[in-house]
Amino acid sequence: MTEKVHLDHAHGRSLLTSMLRIRRFEEKCFELYQSEKIRGFMHLYDGEEAVSVGIIAALRPEDAIVATYREHGQALARGIGMDALMAELYGKQQGCCRGRGGSMHVFSRAARFYGGNAIVAGGLPLAVGIAMGDKMQGRNAVTACFFGDGAVDEGAFHESMNLASLWNLPVLFVCENNLYAMGMALERAEAETDIARKAAGYRVASEAVDGMNVVAAEVAARRAIAQIRETGKPFLLECRTYRFRAHSMFDAQLYRSKEEIETWRKKDPVQQLQSWLQQAGLLHADEIARIEADIAAEIDAAVAFAEAGTWEPVEDLERFTLMDKVPQ
Amino acid sequence: MSASASVPMPQAMTYREACKQAIRAAIIADPRVFLMGEDVARYGGCYAVTKGLAGELGEERIRDTPLSEVGFVGAGIGAAIAGMRPIIEIMTVNFSLLALDQIVNNAATIAHMSGGQFAVPLVISMSTGAGRQLAAQHSHSLEGWYAHIPGLKVLAPATVEDARHMLQPALDDPNPVLIFEHVMLYNREDVLDPNVTEVDIVSAKIRRPGRDITLVTYGGSLFKTLEAATALQQDGIEAEVIDLRVLRPLDMATVIASVARTRRLVIVDEGWKSGSLSAEIATRVVEEAFFELDAPIRRVCAREVPIPYAAHLEQAALPQTAAIVAAARGLVRGA
Repeated sequence: MTEKVHLDHAHGRSLLTSMLRIRRFEEKCFELYQSEKIRGFMHLYDGEEAVSVGIIAALRPEDAIVATYREHGQALARGIGMDALMAELYGKQQGCCRGRGGSMHVFSRAARFYGGNAIVAGGLPLAVGIAMGDKMQGRNAVTACFFGDGAVDEGAFHESMNLASLWNLPVLFVCENNLYAMGMALERAEAETDIARKAAGYRVASEAVDGMNVVAAEVAARRAIAQIRETGKPFLLECRTYRFRAHSMFDAQLYRSKEEIETWRKKDPVQQLQSWLQQAGLLHADEIARIEADIAAEIDAAVAFAEAGTWEPVEDLERFTLMDKVPQ
Repeated sequence: MSASASVPMPQAMTYREACKQAIRAAIIADPRVFLMGEDVARYGGCYAVTKGLAGELGEERIRDTPLSEVGFVGAGIGAAIAGMRPIIEIMTVNFSLLALDQIVNNAATIAHMSGGQFAVPLVISMSTGAGRQLAAQHSHSLEGWYAHIPGLKVLAPATVEDARHMLQPALDDPNPVLIFEHVMLYNREDVLDPNVTEVDIVSAKIRRPGRDITLVTYGGSLFKTLEAATALQQDGIEAEVIDLRVLRPLDMATVIASVARTRRLVIVDEGWKSGSLSAEIATRVVEEAFFELDAPIRRVCAREVPIPYAAHLEQAALPQTAAIVAAARGLVRGA
C-alpha cells in the first residue's frame, strides 16, 4: 500500500530544512576547500538536493543506502551527523570514517550507509548483494542505490539490474540523471537517453520523475518502495536533475553553456519548495529565517568540531587494512 | 572400545573431492555460508568441484549466476557486508579480471575506507594456471597480482590436505580471502590424514627438509619442485622445499630461516618474472638476509610470453622440473 505524502506544515518544514542543510553545508564546504581546509576531490550536490531528501524521506531506519562520490546530500539526509561529516572532510579522526575516506567515501554503520563509492557504478553490484544478504537473513529491508547517469554507461549497471530482477531483490535503483557524466553529455554517451526505459530490458519496473521537485521525488519513492515491499522486486527511479556547480573543484565547465545553467537554476529545488510553502501559507518568512539561523549555527558548530578534531596517529596508519573481527 | 574403532581410516581422495567436501562441510555448518558462481549448480562446476552439491544443499546455497563477474562478485561483497559468509567461485582467474574493480576497489578497501565500521568476510575461489593447452586467455597465473593488494589475503592450497582444510579458516577470517586452485591439481590424489582436522592460513610449510639449498614454491609448481628435489638427491644435493601456501601475507620468517640454514635459494613460480611474487620474495630475502646468502638467488618462472596453445610451446613456457634441477645444481656446484 502506498503511503501518502501529506504536505502539511511539519512535513514541508522538514523537507525544506533537510534541503537547506545540504545547500548551506556545501556552501561552507566550498569556502573551506578554497581555504584548503578540505582537500582531495570534492563533488558538490548543489541543485540535486531534492533527490536525496525526497527519496530518503521514504526510507525506514532498517533500509540500506549505497551512494556515490557525490554523497554529502545522502549522508546528511540520512542523519549522519554534520559534525562527523565535516570532521571527515577535514581528515580528522573524529570524522565518520576516522579521516580515511574523505568526501568520496562516507560510511556509517548506524545509518546502514555503505559508502561513498568513487568508481562510477561500483556501488550497484554491492547494493544487489546487500539486498540479497538482507533477504537471505529474512530482513524486510530495501536497499536504495544512488548513481548518476554516467553509471548507466557501465556494464555494472546492466549486470546489477539483471541480477536484482532475476533474483527478486528489493533494490530501489535511483538514477540521479544530471545530464552529464563529468563533462560527457548523456546524448553523446547513450544511444537511448531515456534511462527509465532501459529497465524494461530487465523486466524492472521504472518511472522517471522531476528530480528538481522534492515532493514529486518523495511521492515517487514512496510508490516505488511500496511496490518493492509488496513484490520483492527491484524498481528503477530516474530522477531528472541538474548540478548547478562544476563536476568537482577542478572543472572549467567547457562542455555546457552559462545559459543552460541559468535555465536550470530557475528550477532550483530549494527555491521551488520555499516559494510554494510560502505561497500556500504553510511557512512564513520569519520561520524560514529561524531555520536558516539554526542551520548556520549547526554548520558553525560542525566547523568548530572539525577544527578542534585531532589527527589519527601515524602509528595507526595500517589499522583496518585487515580486520581482527567482523564488527557487529 | 577398541583403538581401531575410534581411529578413523586414512582416506585417499582427489584434490577436487577435497575442495568439494570442504564446501559441503562449511555450508552445512553455518547457515550464513553459500556458494555462487558460473555453472556451479546444474552443470556441477567447470572442474566438477561442486557436482551434486546443488541437489544436496539446494540452489539457494549453491547458486548459479549469469556470466556477470562484476555483478556477482560485487553482490558477494555486499552480501558479506550485510552479514552473510559467501563463497564466490570465479570459474578461472582469467575471468576474475572482469571483476577486478570489485575485488580491488571494494573488497580490499571498504574496511579501511570506513574506518573499521565494516568488514568484508568473503571467500573468492578460482582456478589458476596453465598446462591444459587452453592458450593465452585461459592459462594465466595472476595470483601474484592479487598478492600485491593490501586488504586481501591470498591462499594457494597445493596439497589435498590444504584443499580440504583451508576453506574453513578462510571463511572464519573477517577479511576477503582469495583461494587459488591450480587446474593441474584437481585430479591429484593423496591420502588424507583423518587426524588432521584443521590447518592454518598463516604459515608456509617445509614439505621436504634439506640442508643444501632452499626451493620456494606454491600451488601447481609444488610437485614439480618436489620431483626436482628427488632428482637432486641422486646428485647428493639435499634440497629443502617450502610450500608458501599463503601468498599474502607472506610467511617470510619460514623462508628466511631456511635460507639461513641452506644459504642458497631458488624460487619457482608459474607467474612471469617481471613485477612478480618471485621478485618480491627475492627482494625480501636480499633486504632481510643478504649476508646469509652464499650465492645469487635464481628464479624458475614462466617465460615472458602469452601462454601458447601448442603443447610443446606451452611446456617450454612453463617452469619444468629439469629447469629447477639445473638452477639448483648450478647454485650448489657453482656452475
